Amino acid sequence: MNGFVQHFSYEFKTGLRNPSLLLINYLFPLGFYAMMGLIMTAINPLFTASMVPALVIFAIVASTVLGMPSPLVDAREAGVFRSYKINGVPAISILAIPGLTTGFHALISAGIIALTAPIFFDGDAPVHLGPFVGITVLTAFTCASLGMLISVVSDNSRATILWSQLIFLPSMLLGGMMVPLDTLPESVRPFSALLPASHAMELFTGWAYGRETIFNLPASALVLASSGVLAFLLAIYLFNWDTRNQARRGHPIMAVMALLPYAIGALLIV
Amino acid sequence: MDHIALAVKDLRKTYGDVIAVDGVDFAVNRGEIFGLLGPNGAGKTTILECLEGIRQPDDGTLDVLGVDPAREPRKLRSLIGVQLQSSGLPATMTAREAMRFFCAYHGVRPRYDLLERLGVAEKQHAQYEKLSTGQQRRLALALAVAHEPPIVFLDEPTAGLDVASRAELHELMQELREAGTALIMATHDMAEAEKMTDRVAILLRGRIVTTGSPTELTAAGEGYTKVSVRTERFLLSRNGTRFPAVTQRLVDDDYVIYYTTDPGPTVSAILSALDTEGDRLIDLRVERPSLEERFLELTNHGGTS
Repeated sequence: MNGFVQHFSYEFKTGLRNPSLLLINYLFPLGFYAMMGLIMTAINPLFTASMVPALVIFAIVASTVLGMPSPLVDAREAGVFRSYKINGVPAISILAIPGLTTGFHALISAGIIALTAPIFFDGDAPVHLGPFVGITVLTAFTCASLGMLISVVSDNSRATILWSQLIFLPSMLLGGMMVPLDTLPESVRPFSALLPASHAMELFTGWAYGRETIFNLPASALVLASSGVLAFLLAIYLFNWDTRNQARRGHPIMAVMALLPYAIGALLIV
Repeated sequence: MDHIALAVKDLRKTYGDVIAVDGVDFAVNRGEIFGLLGPNGAGKTTILECLEGIRQPDDGTLDVLGVDPAREPRKLRSLIGVQLQSSGLPATMTAREAMRFFCAYHGVRPRYDLLERLGVAEKQHAQYEKLSTGQQRRLALALAVAHEPPIVFLDEPTAGLDVASRAELHELMQELREAGTALIMATHDMAEAEKMTDRVAILLRGRIVTTGSPTELTAAGEGYTKVSVRTERFLLSRNGTRFPAVTQRLVDDDYVIYYTTDPGPTVSAILSALDTEGDRLIDLRVERPSLEERFLELTNHGGTS
């Protein structure tokens, strides 16, 4: 237990101490939030209705999918995991604790956005606070699990950036964050359903704001949760102490299994 | 068997087509410093990694105080301390945090006194990436021994250390040995191996070519003892007197250097000749073959001499 506490404490401080992580956990999402609050609300006043959930999802995806994998890959390549293994740090802690602390940083950013947007930018506050918090935590868990999985299957930082961007960029365009899902062409909607951001956005819209949605909400919640659990379990299963270890379990291609719930969702719930 | 800390029997490990370790056997006693010597790629690090539970051997048996590293990794953790060649700490972790972190996972109280002892206390709040190479290595050693394991693995322990830190580390190693800890050290530094180890194994292409104490190994070689003599009137360099057991004679500045197979009679004869000729001895040095010379002899002969 003491090991877990010390590990958590160190990883949490790293999120503030490491300039790259500080940037991706706070400066980037909060800077983007301020910019969107100032510019987007002036260009498109309707954006105030969706700005809180959109920017909360943005903060979570940025911290977890964009920010978390690279430091984990760098640590593995620098032999940090070998040193952890020798000293009895369990594999699950090596992955889950950075996932947990990154999730916490994302929740802090999300909290700042949710509390200040209604004050500074006239953004709509959530109507149902409980579901809002629950969906935020669920989204953070799923995205952190995907971030963990990306770090496990990437051989180097370049590969990490590629996989992260494959989730991040489509989320920005098709995830309902900048353009509402109901305004996207119907032919594009199945592609939207392949993204965690779309399901999170729909859940916020329906359950936290009581508005109409185009996805089936319980199904979206199931897709998001099952994908998070699957990604977490796959990350633990495929975890490798170092890239020289030829006796690793499973093939990295197994990671695509974490996307199965989205594929099923795209076929069934849209 | 109680005195044996670890035993390796017929260890084999390959990476694809490359044979890294090819049937290695050795044992290390409690309270012994054992050196693994060999050129790069000889298999030293692979052997250590198999013993540390990082690598899975292809064949052979490993016994670390009754524990098989591959099958019982949890039990192994409290038995061994490892100073890795690349220290492998997160760049932003401070020395003090590292001590707290690893001791917490080992379930022991942090040993901040070791940071003091190894000269890292002043930098205990500095992040790992800001420490010098020497400080990083000293911190790695402090972390390796903090939970007082009965076996400590050291991979190039003094690489990058200054003279004072080296001496401090050697003193700590001696203390650990006296306390009954078995130390297994992989090194390229022959002088250090000769000074610090009780026994060494010289590895070549994944096989042990010889094992023994540094004294035994050097005595078994072809090396000659070097006797250097400097006199007041340089008579030895001028008259070329022959002495018993001498195989080669060289003149180097003011010194006459004799290579001998039996230094006792050679030195006696030199002193007696000086007395007879009325020359006065200024300096006499007798240097037996070093472990480095024996190592080079073995590696140059491909381990067959």
